[in-house]
Amino acid sequence: MAGQRRSAVDRSANSDLAAAFEDGSAYIPYLAVGDPSYERSKAYVEALARGGADIIELGLPFSEPIAEGPTIQNAIVRALEGGMSPELFFQFVEELDVDVPLVCMTYYNLIYQYGRTAGDGPGPEAFVEKAASAGISGFVVPDLPAEEADPLRAACDEHGLDLIFIVAPTTEGDRLERMMQRVSGYVYVQARLGTTGARSDVSDQTTASLDRLADYDLPKAVGFGISGGKQAERIVANGADGIIVGSALVDIVADGVENDEPTEAVADRLETLSRELKAGAQRGYEARQANVDAK
Amino acid sequence: MSTDGKFGDYGGQYVPEALMPAIEELTEAYEQYVLENKDGFMDEFRERLADFGGRPTPLQRADRLSERYDLDIYLKREDLLHGGAHKLNNALGQVLLAKYMGKERIIAETGAGQHGTATAMAAAHLDMPCTIYMGERDINRQRPNVFRMKLNGSEVKPVTTGRGTLKEAISETMRDWATTVETTHYVIGSVVGPHPFPVMVRDFQSVISEEAREQTIEKTGSLPDSVIACAGGGSNTMGSFAKFVDDESVSLYAVEAGGSSLRVDEDAGVAPNSASLSTGNEGVLHGARTKLLQDTAGQIMESHSVSSGLDYAGVGPELAYLVDTDRVTPVTVDDDAALEGFHRLSQTEGIIPALETAHAFGYLEEHHEELSGTVVVNVSGRGDKDLETVIEETDARDVPNAPDMSMFSGGGM
Ligand SMILES: Cc1ncc(COP(=O)(O)O)c(C=O)c1O
Repeated sequence: MAGQRRSAVDRSANSDLAAAFEDGSAYIPYLAVGDPSYERSKAYVEALARGGADIIELGLPFSEPIAEGPTIQNAIVRALEGGMSPELFFQFVEELDVDVPLVCMTYYNLIYQYGRTAGDGPGPEAFVEKAASAGISGFVVPDLPAEEADPLRAACDEHGLDLIFIVAPTTEGDRLERMMQRVSGYVYVQARLGTTGARSDVSDQTTASLDRLADYDLPKAVGFGISGGKQAERIVANGADGIIVGSALVDIVADGVENDEPTEAVADRLETLSRELKAGAQRGYEARQANVDAK
Repeated sequence: MSTDGKFGDYGGQYVPEALMPAIEELTEAYEQYVLENKDGFMDEFRERLADFGGRPTPLQRADRLSERYDLDIYLKREDLLHGGAHKLNNALGQVLLAKYMGKERIIAETGAGQHGTATAMAAAHLDMPCTIYMGERDINRQRPNVFRMKLNGSEVKPVTTGRGTLKEAISETMRDWATTVETTHYVIGSVVGPHPFPVMVRDFQSVISEEAREQTIEKTGSLPDSVIACAGGGSNTMGSFAKFVDDESVSLYAVEAGGSSLRVDEDAGVAPNSASLSTGNEGVLHGARTKLLQDTAGQIMESHSVSSGLDYAGVGPELAYLVDTDRVTPVTVDDDAALEGFHRLSQTEGIIPALETAHAFGYLEEHHEELSGTVVVNVSGRGDKDLETVIEETDARDVPNAPDMSMFSGGGM
């Protein structure tokens, strides 16, 4: 690997997220909280933890999810129709019985408005404080680029939380540098251009992004379109430190709604797919290590 | 005026990371081609606006309305621009810019279908493939416009999420853009979205006030006392106001859709109006911080207006700023008064306005006593696209100044 290692601003004290990458092949599932109901959703998230999740991304549903494809858009509609709100989301996080770090994935308006609800006027401070006390370790905010992120970054630093940024296939040069100045926890590598949604191939764009990030020493997790163990294996073998999986899991929840399946059956399928994805990621890590050893 | 994309705290660039390089590229193109006229871009734009668009549009004295209200009322006739609305000013500018930038494909959202038809016309004129996203509900409300887009060779993609109106169409167009950003330009239809769209669309539309200002001085010897324009996203509004903002003696009125009521129904997530300037509060939607119709948690409300072109939960950030700084006065006109305005302008001036535009005339009727001297009203579009809606809506309620509608009720024509 060429060049000196560049470290992002040191925020290692902020949370436990980086530690979740210790085994070299973190499995990071996503579900929309409240899809299709509060109680079911809780059983589903607990199934992800049993299936080997190292971090769980909990989606707080926003009415205009511009970065999501149809699968997660529909999940968000189901969750909102089921009554999910920021208040219930925090209650959910507090009640959740899992021993895995939790990341909140949502859109900026909900973070921004929470201050108004809390009586402080709009701004991210109140939301971050509440999230920290509920047990959230960090945030992914798909409509908040580095340029607009300083107020949220400052609030996260104050409360010891991480702020994860998405590196797109189009992110390079100054923009990448600006983002790496502000990121902590891990880097979310967007596998391809477009919106979220399950696919079966591995994009060349993923490999190119991992190459661009190779000199930065923060864990890199690849997401957008990962749906099975083989794909997880190849992505980790290609240099990712972890995989993020959303739509493939949400598809199982959607099937459960469509076929009126009992909660247990859906939870079992989520746990099974989780095991497959985690095992795939581990195989990928072993292959990468074998490669390194051989050199 | 600001070029960094912020108007006080409003504006900004709240978009997915995948779009940021395109937004930076567009910002640079805007600064070079639009602000500095690189390669003669603005000259070509002006020439095409004249030859293809039919500019300048007239400023016409409205004799009968002037008499009715004891004011000196002038109509800025954007309804006479090619396509029948102000929308072409922006669409032609952006499609031409996309060409200068070397983009290969155009996408756009549309609500009333006016921006979609303007973009489809500009794309055909400049030989660019074009896809238009339109809410399913709007497609049903605006069938003639859908057909016009298809006639010009554009693809029209129905958007079925949410209530199927403008808000969902914008979200869906942004999703397309996030996938195709390297080859595609997104022609946004109003002064909304991330920087540089609000300033760029304003600049393309400000030809309205540039002409109106000169024409008013030429015809009356002085500046107008007031300018009135309807406001959805706010592009005809900013276009009508831009060159008057520094003229402190000129009052500026942005007329929003009051819908059926200014109240909101939090539980249903519905605001039966589109009055984001008058009743909304600050938030982040579709790339910008601005005034929004939202519930206390920050979920965006479904808006409503009898005119689909005003039916949007947000508004341009610059307009929000001009309202906060008291330069622009936001006012509302409800569905009933807008319909009356529609019939009144048709009868007294022989101009059938768009339902969006009709709101401005509703305001004139209800508040003419607060106005004085010379008043310029922007006729943002003509009403042909709205005739089906007007038949239905007039039939469904008691509009005192409507013509006899009996031949339309029941079995249709
Ligand atoms: C004729 C007409 N006027 C006004 C509007 C509202 O848009 P804006 O507020 O951007 O001018 C529309 C939108 O479609 C329109 O068609």
